[in-house]
Amino acid sequence: MPALPLKITDYTLTNALGRGKPASLQALKSGHSGLRPCDLDGVDLQTWIGRVEDLENLPLPDAWQAYDCRNNRLALLGLQQDAFLPAVEQAKARYGVERIGVFIGTSTSGIATTEAAYRDRQDDRLPAGFHPATTHNIASPSQFVRLALGLNGPALAISTACSSSAKVFAAADRYISSGLCDAAVVGGIDSLCLTTLYGFNSLDLISDQPCRPWDSTRNGINIGEAAGFALLEKTSQDNRAPQLLGYGESSDAYHMSTPHPDGEGALRAMTQALQRAGLTPADIDYINLHGTATRSNDASEDRAVCRLFEQATPCSSTKGFTGHTLGAAGITEAVFSLLCLEAGWMPQNLQIETRDPELSANLLMAPQAAPLRHVLSNSFGFGGNNCSLVFGVGE
Amino acid sequence: MNTIRISRIGIITEGIASWSEALAVLRNQAPYQGGELPPLKPATLKPNERRRTTRTIKLALQATEEALQDCPDTQNLLSVFSSSEGDLDIIDQICRALSQPDRPVSPTQFHNSVHNAPAGYWSIGSGSLAGSNSLAGLDGGFAAGLIDAATLVLSEQQPVLLTCYDQLPPTLLQDVMPIKTPFAVALMLIPESPSQEGLARLELRLDAQGEADVMADHALERLRRSAPAARCLPLLQALAQIESPRQCRLTYLPGLNLQVSLSR
Repeated sequence: MPALPLKITDYTLTNALGRGKPASLQALKSGHSGLRPCDLDGVDLQTWIGRVEDLENLPLPDAWQAYDCRNNRLALLGLQQDAFLPAVEQAKARYGVERIGVFIGTSTSGIATTEAAYRDRQDDRLPAGFHPATTHNIASPSQFVRLALGLNGPALAISTACSSSAKVFAAADRYISSGLCDAAVVGGIDSLCLTTLYGFNSLDLISDQPCRPWDSTRNGINIGEAAGFALLEKTSQDNRAPQLLGYGESSDAYHMSTPHPDGEGALRAMTQALQRAGLTPADIDYINLHGTATRSNDASEDRAVCRLFEQATPCSSTKGFTGHTLGAAGITEAVFSLLCLEAGWMPQNLQIETRDPELSANLLMAPQAAPLRHVLSNSFGFGGNNCSLVFGVGE
Repeated sequence: MNTIRISRIGIITEGIASWSEALAVLRNQAPYQGGELPPLKPATLKPNERRRTTRTIKLALQATEEALQDCPDTQNLLSVFSSSEGDLDIIDQICRALSQPDRPVSPTQFHNSVHNAPAGYWSIGSGSLAGSNSLAGLDGGFAAGLIDAATLVLSEQQPVLLTCYDQLPPTLLQDVMPIKTPFAVALMLIPESPSQEGLARLELRLDAQGEADVMADHALERLRRSAPAARCLPLLQALAQIESPRQCRLTYLPGLNLQVSLSR
């Protein structure tokens, strides 16, 4: 029996726009981008990045020293924002520490630690004190979050590239409906590193300017970093709590780093999410696009959105605000979707100058205030891994 | 948690090329002596793709193919892939490239570096369009994968492929990575049905008490400890001896084990 709809009783987000939800909402309303010319230590690429301030000066407390790395610093900073920690404490009191699951997505976890160890190697030996299990490993952030929150329920580390932290919502529903837990902390953390900056650069997918999704001159992504979390429960005393209504997951079976040109996989994910939510395309008031600003990604997603929504539903990519936060893109845009639902606001597709005439979706060239009931959020990753989420206002 | 069933198994490690070879060892009919890793020739990959893929991807796909023999419909097959460290050869080569002045990262290596690369190649090779999850869980990665796959079987009432794999680290990472033997295991998990298809029925329960099972046989216990994916061995031994109901307890998370009850 599905547990849907799930109540989202609290959530938080930290990214290049600032720490906590108000910073993100304010930027989405004012049209202020968090992107800046790349100033990450040791990087000589001409690009822009969405960097979280001051992580270099925020080591983890001594008790958690083994986990200290840029990614887990960002995880802890993210957990500490808004009133997320008190909300988890209340959930612990309600359900018990063994009945709350932790579901975390990441694409590169703390790989920057391994990059540094390789840089510092001598006589082809890595330096002493290099502990990849608690830093670099994909499971490190989920185990760190579980430890930091004092939880002892199930935990899951998902790494499906850029859909990772969208899929945590689907996992939470499955675990709750299977009776493995009563509530779930879902989230995603990805941090800036050389692997993704130089890796996307090797594929010619990094833009030398602020990224411009759907623009006719778009030429690639900007990489960002973020940590976001949400607390999901079967029931809530607050009827106004927004809800996870549906999710869809699919595979392209097409190519490792290029999406299907007609958006077949994206279409299946969106269709399944609507079916699970019991909604039709006309019920969706706003779509938060994956919208990375590469030529092929935007073309494929535009095709999929237009096939399902017939060019009517307002949509925008918010990558121009934050950059592409990769394994944290799912949670970043899930939280943006929740903020938009609660504020009645549709953000514009930032930085666009000339709409690509070959793309047809109803793109928001300017922000728009509007009462929203249902929002769809898309996340698509390498390996052809797709996830779409549908969120709705409280009852 | 409700019950699921297991219908087929694939396995490959040093000295073991298939589930039938594993059965003799797990039933204590033959000693486990290790040996060479059998050749990796997964048929899922077209020859041009096989050249671009790695020994980690091939290891995962080889076990997967054994579990999928007789699978009538891979197009709609849901899948879960779990690996403790992913593709360490690629991480090694990328980190070496990043420590050179001009950072010559290979584009093919970069797109193969995602944790879901084996899942992506399997989806491309088999034509699977269904949802696919890729996980990591350190020493508890097999249990994490089994739990995740079981929740999919239960909520979707569809068959689910689970593949758990760990490949050897390159030289520089050998001292800091917990993998001493390449090991991959794949399970076809199906919903409970009146016809009681398959090998066994599984009931999963989280257990905050006690320790994970060890193997009574010293050589098999060494194997169990030599790769996170090999933490499945208590479950495989219970499956090999399923004439009567069995229980096993698997490594999952700090302070939490996975208890599995098995019956026909």
